[in-house]
Parts: sequence; C-alpha cells; structure tokens
Amino acid sequence: MTLPSPPPPGESASAQQDAGLEAEAAVVAATANDSWLKRLPIISHLRRSVGLQRGMLVAGLVLVAGLLLTALLAPLLAPYGFADTAADGTSFGTQQPPSSSHLLGTTVAGYDVLSRVIWGTRTAVAVMACAVVLSLFLGVALGLLSGYVGGWLDRILVMLADAIYAFPSLLLAIVMSIVISGGQSSAGGGILAAAISITVVFVPQYFRVIRAEVVRLKAEPFVEAAKVIGTGHRRIMGTHLLRNATRTLPLIFTLNSSEAILTLAALGFLGFGIEPTSASEWGYDLNRAMADATSGIWWTGLFPGLAIVAAVLGVTLVGESINDLNDPRLRVRRRRRAATAKEAQA
Amino acid sequence: MTADVAQDRQDAPAPTPAAPASTRRRGGGGLGRYILTRFLLIIPTVLILMTVVFFLMRITGDPITAALGGRLSPEQLAQRRAEAGYDRPLAVQYLDYLWGVVRGDFGTTYTDHTPVATILTTYGGATAELVIYAVIVALLVGVPLGMLAARSRDRWGDLALRVLAILGYATPVFFVGLLLKLVFSVGLGWLPVAGRISSRGELTMGKILNPTPFYLLDAIRLGDASLLADVISHAILPAIALGLLTGGIFLRLVRTNMIGTLEMPYVDSARSRGVREARLTSRHALRPALIPIITVMGMQVAMMLGGAVLTETTFEWKGLGYMLAEYMANRDYVAVQGIVMMLAVIVAISNFVVDVIAALIDPRVRY
Repeated sequence: MTLPSPPPPGESASAQQDAGLEAEAAVVAATANDSWLKRLPIISHLRRSVGLQRGMLVAGLVLVAGLLLTALLAPLLAPYGFADTAADGTSFGTQQPPSSSHLLGTTVAGYDVLSRVIWGTRTAVAVMACAVVLSLFLGVALGLLSGYVGGWLDRILVMLADAIYAFPSLLLAIVMSIVISGGQSSAGGGILAAAISITVVFVPQYFRVIRAEVVRLKAEPFVEAAKVIGTGHRRIMGTHLLRNATRTLPLIFTLNSSEAILTLAALGFLGFGIEPTSASEWGYDLNRAMADATSGIWWTGLFPGLAIVAAVLGVTLVGESINDLNDPRLRVRRRRRAATAKEAQA
Repeated sequence: MTADVAQDRQDAPAPTPAAPASTRRRGGGGLGRYILTRFLLIIPTVLILMTVVFFLMRITGDPITAALGGRLSPEQLAQRRAEAGYDRPLAVQYLDYLWGVVRGDFGTTYTDHTPVATILTTYGGATAELVIYAVIVALLVGVPLGMLAARSRDRWGDLALRVLAILGYATPVFFVGLLLKLVFSVGLGWLPVAGRISSRGELTMGKILNPTPFYLLDAIRLGDASLLADVISHAILPAIALGLLTGGIFLRLVRTNMIGTLEMPYVDSARSRGVREARLTSRHALRPALIPIITVMGMQVAMMLGGAVLTETTFEWKGLGYMLAEYMANRDYVAVQGIVMMLAVIVAISNFVVDVIAALIDPRVRY
C-alpha cells in the first residue's frame, strides 16, 4: 500500500492533553494560540521544561547538534582521510602515541585516530537515519493496517511482531547482516546492510505502538462519523487515525536512534560491520583496539569509544526529556513549586 | 484483500476493539490455567522464530557456499552440498530441520563437526555463570541507587544518578570492558586481563570429579582458597561490565515506580502515622516498586544474552557468546544458526519463568 505523507509535526504536540490534569490543560491552552513553529515536538518540549529537566534536554540537543555538524563538516574537520596511512609520501607509523601531527595517535593499522573518529560520525548518522526512517515507514504502515483491518491479518502480524520483539536484538541483527551481506561487507552496501539489520529489530516496536493507538482510536466517535459520511478507508487510515496515533513517535524515534548507533557498533565490534577502507566505523576500531589495551595502548580504543558514548548520550538525553515532559507524573512540577514559593513569601 | 476485510468490518453494526486483547481477558482462569496458557504460547513463538531464521538464512544461499564459496571449484562445491543435503527442496530441508529440533538436534557445526547441542552443554554453563553474576551486580547497583534517586526527586542527586543511569545505557559493554581492563588490569595490575581462570588454576580444576558448569562452585567444593580467589578475580570485571548495562535500567525503573508509589494514599497514611521517611522508602514503597523489575527481567534476559556475546568476546570468557563470535569469524553459519536458535529457546523459556513468577507475586497479571 502507499503510505500517505506524514502529518504536520504540530499535531503530535497538541494531541497530548488527554492526561486531564489542570496544569496540563493550562499549558495546552497557553500554547494553543502559538504559531506552529512553537508547537513542533522538540521546541514545545523545550518551552515546557524547567530547571534541571531543561538542562538535560539542552545538553542532549547540544550533543546531537555536535554530532550532526561533525558529520556534515567531516571533510573540513578531519586532518586526514579515514583510510589514509600516509601523507605526502611519509607513513604515519603504527601505534604512535598522541603527538602534534596526530593529536589522538595512530592505530595498529597505521590510521590516524582523530580522522577516523571524525569520519565515523558520518557512518553513524547515515546508518541511524536509514534505519530509523525505514523502520518508521514500515512499522507505521503495518501498524495502521493491522489495527484498522483487524481479523486474522492482525493476529498473524501481532504474533510475528511479538516473536521478533522477544528475540535478542543483537542476534537478530547478526542473522540479518549474514543474510544481507553474506558476511562479505562491500563498500557502500555495508552501511545499508547495517541499517536494514537494525530496521528489522525496530519495526515491531513502531508496529506495536501504532497498532495499539489505532485500535483505541478506531472506536472513537469521530472515526465512526467519518465512516457514516462515507469516507474511504485510505482517508480514514491516513487522516483520522495516522495523525492522532503519532504522538508517541518522537520518543521511540530518539530511543531507536540511540539503539541504532549501539547496534552498529556491536556489529562492527563482532567483525560484521563495514570494512575499514570503505568507511570509518567506531565499533570496528574498538575491536582492533582490544588487543592494544593489553599492552597499555589506550588511545586507539578510548576515543572511538568516547565518540559512541557522546552520540548515544545526546540522543538518549533528548528522548528521556521528551518522555518525562510527556508524562505528567514525571514532569517537574512547575506550578506547585511556584505556588509554594508564593505561600512562603506571604 | 485489504479493502474486503475492511468492508466486512464496516458492515458490522458497531465496530469493537480488535479481538486478541479482549479474548485474553475472557474467563477467570486461575493461576494453573494461566501457567498452562503461557507455557503453550512458547511453542508458536519459538516456531515462528525458527521459521523466520531458517528461511532468512537460506535466502542468500546455503551455508556451504557461504563458507567455502570461491575457495572450491563449482563441482567440489556441488558435491559438498549434496553430501550435506543442501540440494534437496527447501521444504524438505525445513521439515528435516524442525524434526531435528524436536529431537534436540540443532545441527552439526560445519568447521569442527560438533553437534550444536554439545556446544550448549560445554559452554552454556560459563554464560549462565556470567549472567548470574551480572544480575547480582545490576541489582546491587540499580535498586539502592534507584531508591536514592526517587527520594531526592528533581534535586541534584537525582539528576546525577539519572545521568549515571543513562551513561550506563549509552556506553557499550565492550567499551566499559576496555576501560576496566585499561584501569584495573593494565594500569593497576590488580585483576587479570581476560579468561575465566588462570592456566594453573585450570590444571587444579581438572582434578575435580563430576565438575559443575560453574567454576565458583567447583572452587568451593575443592576448598582451595587460592583457586577461589583466582576464579573470583577473573569474574569481577566481566560481571561489572555486563551488570552496569542492566543496572542502569533497574535504577530508572525503581526510580519511576517509587515516585509513583510514594504518592499513593497508603504511603501518606503511613507517613501520618509517624513512620520515618527511610522506612517508608525501604518498606512501604519498595515492594510494589519491585514488581515491574521482575516483569522487565524477562526482557532483560534477551538483552543480557546479547550483552553476554559482547562481554564474552571482550574478556575471552569462553561461553556461548564467545563461541558464536568465533564461528561467525569462521563463516560457519550452521553453527551460528544453531546457537542463535538455542539462545532464542532459552529466552522464550526464561520469559515464561519470569511471567509465572510475576503472576505469583501480582494477581493482576494473570489473565
């Protein structure tokens, strides 16, 4: 089936008022008249956050921005290419400690560590984007269809999704990478293979969330009303259901992005990633660095590892903050605090 | 097809929510019936996984071509394939594979002709030992820190602990392993770099009759203090590396659930009766907050086994995950498929056990 274009992001932010709390209603009322820009998921969350919670969100956003900028500007930032072992005819030398010409040292294969860390952001962002977009489209489409159509199709899809969901995701990714690349990672295909491997792991998550929402929404009066006036199934699925079912997506989106980076690194670490000459990948570099650690060479493993942590941390902080802000029980209580402050003054 | 089914739905007088959720709630059941239903659910889950993995692995060709393609002439390759039965129709191979699994035969590895079931009995104990240590570390780290975070909600301590938990999740186990090795093994020289036991210890261990799969138990049975120290010192770093991964998740769970239970009326009433805050958190609020941990533990088994593959590779801990990585490197996909399927069965069974425990503790879980 063809999937209708995704809804304007503002919808998801304004659809969060079913918590029914007074404070929630007040916030929504205050933001209802704002421009669509202020109702975009992350911007609206930023506006609603206070204190430490805002600090977490901002820190996450800064890290993510850093990751994206580094990926974008990699050719300008990196002193050498990711597969270079020599410049101007002189070899870099292997396992050289950090120095002025190689700020983070060189690896056992003679690559410049700093360059590989910087180029690695491109691989991470590419795989993350591919995997999340692929699983978003597949999962949302299947979830809509399964929830709306129901019947045996629904049961089979739910069983499949549950079975895959219960499977250790890393093992599934390993099986998929064997299937896709046959264990022989080609140049650009390696990135796509990793992305598809990760996609298969994520599709059930989107499927479950969207399906549950669709099943709930399907019984709502507005859907029945649409049916009564003879609206087509495609339009009901695309407009009435999809737009209202997407409010949880930003959260899964960020959680999956971080998981995508981790799965990619794990595949690379196990030797199922991307060849070092076709792209730079942090997990592969860590795999090579394990042997170095025993002889006290720390720079080959430390920096790619820190890069993974920074990337995952950034995305996770954003996702966590969104989760907390969406959940009235977890949101920092701005109003109550303000009230007690007034009482104290009085 | 889509339109037809949907058409039927529309003709129905009142659209009801989808069937599966409602059929589950039907009937009272009782614990015995719940356990039986839940047990029978293992079968379709495992069957689906086996079918998916089997056909996926065959999409790209047979394992022999994958392992030896390019190294042998086409005739030799065809002969090898015929010997192993990979030239038969796919449906026959599939049924043959399923029949084998029913008899406990997960296939024979291609590179060293070991039955996959033997790999499980030889190396499964090491993995189980590692996972048990890791769960202990995770509980020791996650539960107390989660309680602390819930009590200092929205203050600096809470923030620091939550960032710590996110860091635990954001750091891959192999990177934690690398850092631990660099600091404690190479830098300080306190703990061994890798392995389950020193080579001298392994000799002593060989003397024991009827060895258990757990080195720790064997060392205790031998009553040899230096051997015991040897075994424990090897286990510390891998257990921490794998345990921190889950510990962070436990921390977050305990925190979220405790914040919820601390606001319950019964906690308020206890507080009004003069129960101290410390006792409120450790007694009244903790127990209900632990139930989600037990239910989530089932999911954690899957994640732990994935993490164990990485931890074992990092520390050369010779368990199932280490062997899986070895066979992967040798392109022995029969072995990979066999080990992956066995791990899937283990996950399905442990999910069942966890669900039963959760149902025993919390009657609301039963359906």
